[in-house]
Amino acid sequence: MTADIYTFKVLRYDAKEPERYASFSSYRVRVIPGLTVLTVLMRIRDELDGTLAFRSSCRAATCGSCAMVINGKLDLACRTQVTSCNSETIILEPLPNFDIIRDLVVDLTPFWTMYERIKPYLIRRSPDPEKEIVQSPDDRKRIDQFVNCILCACCYGACEVLRREPDYMGPAALAKLERFILDSRDERPDRLLELVNNGQGVWGCDTLLRCIDACPKEVRPTDAIVGLRQTLVKYRLKRAFGVGRED
Amino acid sequence: MMHHDVIVVGGGLAGLRAAVGLCDKYDVALVSKVHPIRSHSIAAQGGINAALGNNPDARDDTCEKHTFDTIKGSDYLADQDAVEIMCREAINVVYEMEHWGCPFSRFPDGTICQRPFGGAGFPRTCFSADLTGHVLLNTLYERAVAKGVTIYSEYVACALAVEEGACHGVVLIDQVNGTFIPVPAKATLFATGGYGRIYFHSTNALINNGSGIGMAYAAGVPMKDMEFVQFHPTTLLGTNILMTEACRGEGGYLINNKGERFMERYVPKAMELAPRDIVSRSIQTEIETGNAFENELGRYVHLDLRHLGEKKILERLPGIRRMSIDFAGVDPIHEPIPIMPCQHYSMGGIDTNARGETALKGFYAAGECACVSVHGGNRLGGNSLLDTIVFGKISSVSIDDYLSGRAVTPAERVVEAKKEEMERKIRRLSAAGSERPFKVLDDLRKTMDACVGIFRTKGELETGLEKILAIRERYKSVRVSSPALHMNYELIGALELESMIDVAHATTLGAFLREESRGAHFRRDFTKRNDRDWLTHTLVAKDANGEPSVSYRPPVITRYQPMERVY
Repeated sequence: MTADIYTFKVLRYDAKEPERYASFSSYRVRVIPGLTVLTVLMRIRDELDGTLAFRSSCRAATCGSCAMVINGKLDLACRTQVTSCNSETIILEPLPNFDIIRDLVVDLTPFWTMYERIKPYLIRRSPDPEKEIVQSPDDRKRIDQFVNCILCACCYGACEVLRREPDYMGPAALAKLERFILDSRDERPDRLLELVNNGQGVWGCDTLLRCIDACPKEVRPTDAIVGLRQTLVKYRLKRAFGVGRED
Repeated sequence: MMHHDVIVVGGGLAGLRAAVGLCDKYDVALVSKVHPIRSHSIAAQGGINAALGNNPDARDDTCEKHTFDTIKGSDYLADQDAVEIMCREAINVVYEMEHWGCPFSRFPDGTICQRPFGGAGFPRTCFSADLTGHVLLNTLYERAVAKGVTIYSEYVACALAVEEGACHGVVLIDQVNGTFIPVPAKATLFATGGYGRIYFHSTNALINNGSGIGMAYAAGVPMKDMEFVQFHPTTLLGTNILMTEACRGEGGYLINNKGERFMERYVPKAMELAPRDIVSRSIQTEIETGNAFENELGRYVHLDLRHLGEKKILERLPGIRRMSIDFAGVDPIHEPIPIMPCQHYSMGGIDTNARGETALKGFYAAGECACVSVHGGNRLGGNSLLDTIVFGKISSVSIDDYLSGRAVTPAERVVEAKKEEMERKIRRLSAAGSERPFKVLDDLRKTMDACVGIFRTKGELETGLEKILAIRERYKSVRVSSPALHMNYELIGALELESMIDVAHATTLGAFLREESRGAHFRRDFTKRNDRDWLTHTLVAKDANGEPSVSYRPPVITRYQPMERVY
């Protein structure tokens, strides 16, 4: 196999030392075909610079730890082949729209706060049956793409609205809400939808589709946002006729 | 100092289930070195076993039959009382997870879908496509959010504080703020995962290095059955990413370089759905006898799904297809997947009983880090997710029993002293030394691959032990770049490396001493199971000199007398 020398430029910053400006460190690494960006980062930390900070765990595009910006594109480092970047220089930066903790590690607190705000769990009011709550294969299929979300925050990093409007809930949280709204088993009261019936919620989205583009798992958060908007309009009509679902 | 009644270390299924079970009554904190949703439970694909009898071919299934299959699969090393509890509780926990929102795949009648898995008499593996761990972990995390469980993400446990046979809490490193935090607790539960990453080739996440097991060992809790390491038959060539057993459960074939479905020669009846230990040995034999394909990444056989058709692959195995494309450039709809066997699961672990209790008062363990033992010599596919949730739940009940009706006061002094000891250790690791941690770790992993693999011999195991002792010496000169605790992954890795060496040592020692073949432990020099001498668990405890001392304990046998294991 042929090996080529690549230059990796990695953004370095430490929130513990804010007086030192962010800067790039360059590492020259020999890469054989098949190596992923994550594998190279691990080699850099092992062999060249033990202080380099980045998150990683499953290395199989499942756990969502290693989202970052790779030559301008948001993706998981573990599923990005170095050779697929078509460039001998590879620039690695932390996810946008977050504060940096250290190097490629960002503070995801706002992301998780938004996730929690939409009440991301099945809400039931009927008593549990003895066995499973029956759900048809078609009903199960409706939530499929939103179930697939791995909460890696690529979409949050890609969102143009969040760049100017940090209070916006962001694509992942809204997609998660839609996952429950579409679940035939969920019985949340209509008023919980009011949580997103505002400029920080579904009406904040500019439908630029950046989130769809950034998602490594083929989830389409914009579909969720559009779906939620339709549901909100429907609920408003239902309420006008007195048939909404109250607490 | 941080104060909580109960500390749960580990945010995967076992830890989350325990925390959810305790949080209404106690001040519980869940601590995890990664955000809980990044835990390795997320990567489980195929499913979770429960004798629901939903599959039209499984109407006669019962938890007794599930129990028997599990015990037979374990090569009779499992504790039968514990297996009975797990398989009975299976039905409850699967329905409970469904009620909490778990999006299982469905049969046309709307019931939970169940597929066939290896070593099982009936199709009893409940699943959600090939993302069952993902949906279960999300559901339990959602439940923890709903219940307001206190979670400390990216806090690394680095030592247990122990005095006079009781656990007084744990010392944590807060990676974000870069500080040590001593945490006194009335009860501490470890749900820290398996030790797969002591091997070079493993399906496991990088975080699964057995550090929790090593910490418990250092604190005086024995390791049990460490030599029983599961090698999964089908992992992607090159990256060793798991290709779920569901590929075969859904009807996939294993094919060698002669185009043969070679399992016919090994297990003609069960074929590809023989238990994992048997299928892995069969593939390895094909590889060693020249029946494998070969390229620059290594020797391999084919996992062929093409005959299942596009519709079934997209519906039942979409994640497998995605990963094959992303990581091997192969679309299984059109081409077979190149696979090889490698390390996958840890049957061994922290010695616990069926209540999650250990030799140490106030210290519990559940999930893959624990060895109850319900898997004995070989775990059946679909039983690990089950183990995590059932024993996470049972541990929460045990902790409640322990704390109800008695006043437990952890000694802050003991935890504080442990913290100071850890501070000294960090200073040592960042002082002058010649060994880089990654080199030592690399040698450890390669030693385990070479000497304690699918097939084992006395000579190789002896070599392994010698090398591990040399590695242990080298560890004394390991040096890291910086002593800072702030997001210093190199430092955390160096701390965990010490545990990994102890874990690897116990694994190799157990394998060296066990002169028989049982389950996943196969000795070329002792190819038969020997119930007369070896129907026994291996316990490895740390003696007064810091050396491993080995003892044995027979498994609990209730209704199922050991028989020859034929499929």
